[in-house]
Amino acid sequence: MNAFLEWIEARIPIMRVANMHAIQYPAPKNMNFWYVFGFLATIVLVNQIITGIWLTMNFVPTSEGAFASVEYIMREIDYGWIIRYMHSTGASAFFIVVYLHMFRGMIYGSYQKPRELLWVFGMFIYLALMAEAFMGYVLPWGQMSYWGAQVIVSLFGAIPVVGPDLVIWLQGDYVISGATLNRFFALHVIALPLVIVILVFLHIIALHEVGSNNPDGIAIKHKKGSLPESEKTKFQIHEYYTSKYDIADDILPFFPHMVLKDLVAFCIFLALFTYILFFAPEMGGKFLEHPNFEIANPLKTPEHIFPVWYFTPFYAILKAVPDKLIGVLAMFGAIAALFALPWIDRGRVKSWRYRCGLHTVNLIVFAIVFVFLGYLGATPQENWKIVASQIATVMYFGFFVLLFLYSRNEKTKPVPERIA
Amino acid sequence: MKKLMCFLAFFLPGVALAAGGSVHLDKAPIDLTDKASLQRGAQLFMNYCLGCHSMKYQRYQRTFADLGIPDELGQENLQFTGEKVADYITRAMPEDAAAGWFGAAPPDLTLVARVRGEDWIYTYLRSFYVDESRPFGVNNKVFPEVGMPHVLQPLQGTPTEMHEEVMVDGEMVEQYVGIKSDGTGSMSPDEYDQAVADIVNFLEYTGEPAKLDSHRIGKWVLIFIAVLFVFVYLLKKEYWREVH
Amino acid sequence: MSNVSVDATESAHNDNQPENNTRRRFLTVATSVVGGVGVVGAAVPFIASWNPSAKAKAAGADVEVDISGIEPGQLVRVMWRSKPVWIVRRTPEILEELSTHEDKLKDPNSEAEQQPTFAQNRFRSMKEEYLILVGICTHLGCSPQHLKDGAFEEVVEGVPDGFFCPCHGSKFDMAGRVFQNVPAPLNLVVPPYQFVDDTNIILGSEAEAV
Repeated sequence: MNAFLEWIEARIPIMRVANMHAIQYPAPKNMNFWYVFGFLATIVLVNQIITGIWLTMNFVPTSEGAFASVEYIMREIDYGWIIRYMHSTGASAFFIVVYLHMFRGMIYGSYQKPRELLWVFGMFIYLALMAEAFMGYVLPWGQMSYWGAQVIVSLFGAIPVVGPDLVIWLQGDYVISGATLNRFFALHVIALPLVIVILVFLHIIALHEVGSNNPDGIAIKHKKGSLPESEKTKFQIHEYYTSKYDIADDILPFFPHMVLKDLVAFCIFLALFTYILFFAPEMGGKFLEHPNFEIANPLKTPEHIFPVWYFTPFYAILKAVPDKLIGVLAMFGAIAALFALPWIDRGRVKSWRYRCGLHTVNLIVFAIVFVFLGYLGATPQENWKIVASQIATVMYFGFFVLLFLYSRNEKTKPVPERIA
Repeated sequence: MKKLMCFLAFFLPGVALAAGGSVHLDKAPIDLTDKASLQRGAQLFMNYCLGCHSMKYQRYQRTFADLGIPDELGQENLQFTGEKVADYITRAMPEDAAAGWFGAAPPDLTLVARVRGEDWIYTYLRSFYVDESRPFGVNNKVFPEVGMPHVLQPLQGTPTEMHEEVMVDGEMVEQYVGIKSDGTGSMSPDEYDQAVADIVNFLEYTGEPAKLDSHRIGKWVLIFIAVLFVFVYLLKKEYWREVH
Repeated sequence: MSNVSVDATESAHNDNQPENNTRRRFLTVATSVVGGVGVVGAAVPFIASWNPSAKAKAAGADVEVDISGIEPGQLVRVMWRSKPVWIVRRTPEILEELSTHEDKLKDPNSEAEQQPTFAQNRFRSMKEEYLILVGICTHLGCSPQHLKDGAFEEVVEGVPDGFFCPCHGSKFDMAGRVFQNVPAPLNLVVPPYQFVDDTNIILGSEAEAV
C-alpha cells in the first residue's frame, strides 16, 4: 500500500499539496470566532454547487416552463423540496457569512500590506457572487424574479450614450424575456460558478503566500535566523514555510486544531441553517419573497418590489440619490470604495485592538449604517426614509473619507511583538 | 431608462398611500394536521373555486394521498368524470373567455397562500359586501374593486357593511365595524367562518404540500446535529487542551 | 469517557498526528462515525431524487386499451411506462406456425421468467389470439421490427412472420420467443395485463386470483 502511495506521489504531489495548504499550514493560535466564516463560505459554496447541479436536472430554462418546473421539483421529485430549499437558503447564508468574513477583514486590518491582493481577490469573489445571486434569482421566473431583473438591468440604461442599447443587448429583447432567462441560466450554472471557483482558488493561494492575519494583527513569520530555537513552534510545519521563515511558537497546524475549531462552528452554523431550511424556508419573506410564488407577469408590477435582502444596502444608496446617473454611480462607487480599502487606509497598525478610538467608532458606525441601509432598501418608501437614506449614504462614504484622513498620522497603542 | 424612471416615480411618494389602505387581517384558525378540515376544504374548493380558478401545479392523486382520501372515493366525489386520478387540478374554463368575463383571468390558486398569506385569504373571503356600483353587485374590504363575484354567498347569505356612529375628536363619525349577513345563507356565521377556515387550510396545504414532512424531518436533523456537536466539541476541546 | 486519566505532560506536541491517547482516539472514532452517518443522511435526498418522480410513477400506472379495432394480423403500439407495448391480433395461420419451429428456439417453453404465469404457454398470452409484448429487445434495448407475410423468411428460413431487431440481428417468433444463435439471451417480456371485457385490456396489473 505504501509503495503504491509513493508511486502516485512521485507522479502527482497530492500529499505534498495537502500538507502545504491544509495539514501543515501554520495558523495563528489566537484566531477567534471571526475566523470561521471563510471556512463556512467554502462549505456553502460546495452546497450551492451540489444542490445547483441537482436542481439543473429538473429545471426548465424557458419562460413557459421555468416556474412550473420549480413547483415540479417542490412537489413531484422525491425530496426535491429539500434540495431546492438547501439552494435558496444557501444563497442567503452565503451572503451572511461573506459579510461577516469581510467585516472581520476590516476590524483586524486583513486588507493591509501585504494582503492587498488577497482582499482584492475577495472583493472579486463578492462581485461575482452578487452577479451569480442576481441571475439565480431570475430563474424561478416569479414576479420578483421578473421585476427585480427589470429594475437591475435598467440600471445599465443610466450609462450615457450607449445605455439604452446596452439594456436591450443584455436582455436580448425589448423587455426581460425568455431570451434573458436563457442567457442568465447559462451564466448562472456554468460561467459564473467557474469564475467563482477559480477566484476562490486564487484567494486561498494568495492567503497561503502571505499567511493568515490574526486578531492582534501581528506576524507569526519572522526573518530566518531571528528566533532562538526555544521560541520556534514545536509543531511540524511544512518546509515551504519553515525554509523561508522562522515560525514562532504562536501557531497551530491547520489540521487538526483549526479544522476542529471550524467544525465546531460548522455544527452551530448547520443547526441554524437546517432550522431555517425545515421550519422557515421563506424566512418571513426575506429569503424567498412572497410575490415570487406568483408567476412572472409582464403586465403587472407587484405592489412593493425590493431586491433580495443582500442587495438592499446598495439599493438604498441608489434610491437615496435623486439623480439617476449619479445614483447608479453612487451605488457602484459604494462597492468600488470597498475594493480600494487597502489604499484608503494608510495606517501601519492592522488590528482595531491597537488603533485609535476613532477607528473603532468608525468601524462600528459603518456596520450599523450598512445594516440600516439594508433596512431602508428592503421596506416601502416613506418620507422620513428619503432623508434618512441620504444621511446614511453620506455616512457610508464618510467611513472611507474619515479613515483616509485619520489613518495618516494615527495615534496607535503599542503592538506586542508576539501573540500572548 | 424610462422604465427605471417609472419605477422610481412609482416608488417614491405613492407607495405609502398604497400601503396605508390595508385593513386589519384576522388570524386564520387553521391546522395542517387536521385532515377532516383539509378534506372539507378540498371539497369546498372543488365545488366553489375550481369553476374559475385552477390549481395546476398540484395533482389529484397527491392531494388524495396527503389528505387521507382513498383514490376511488376522491375520484367519485371531487373529480369530474373522465379525469384521471394522476391529472393536475385544472379548471374547465378557457383562459381567453375568463379574461373576457372578469376583466382578468382568475389566477391559479396553488400557491396563493404563499403569495397572500393565510390570514389575508381568511379575511378576504369573509369581507365581501353588497355594493350595487360593482359589476357583480359586491365589493370587498380587503381587495377593493375586486373582479370576483361572491361565490360563497349561498353559504354566507347576503353580506352588508355595518357602520356605527362614534365620537372622534368631538365629532360624530361613521365608522366601519364589520360585515353582517342577512341570514339567507345555508350556514350560520360561525359555520361560515369554519368553512372559510377549511378552504384556507386546504390552500395552505397546497401552497407547500411538503410542509409537515419538513417539520417532521427537520426535528430529527436538528437532534442529529446536536449529537454531532457534542462529539465535535469534545474532540476540539481534547486537541486544544494544551494550547494556551 | 471521563474515567480515562490523561497525563498532560506526556502529550508533547511535536507533530500534528493524533497521539496515542485513549480519550482522543475514542473521540476521533466516535466523531467520525457520527459524521459519517451525517454524510450518508445528507446523501439521501440527492440519491432519492433520481427515482422516477411522482408524476412519472403516475404516468406508469395502469393503461386501459381498447383492442376492438385491431384487424387480424395487425400490430398496434401503445405506450406503457414510456415503453412501446405491442398488441398483435394473430391469425390462425400464425398460431399454427408457432409449433413448427420450436427446435430453432432458445427457450420454447418460456422457462425463463419473462412473463406472468398465465402466459407461460406456447402462445405466451392469455387469449391465444392476442399477443401482448413489451417491444424492447432483451439484448440492448432496441425496438425490433415486425416482419410479416413471408418477409421474415429472409431472416429465418421457413418462418414467414416474426420480429427482427435491426441493431444486432436478434430474431423472435410471433410469440416473442428468441431464436438460437442471436445475441439476445431471453424471450421478449410479456407485461402483466388483464381483460376487462372482450374488447378492453388493462396493462400493468393482473386480475387478482379468485
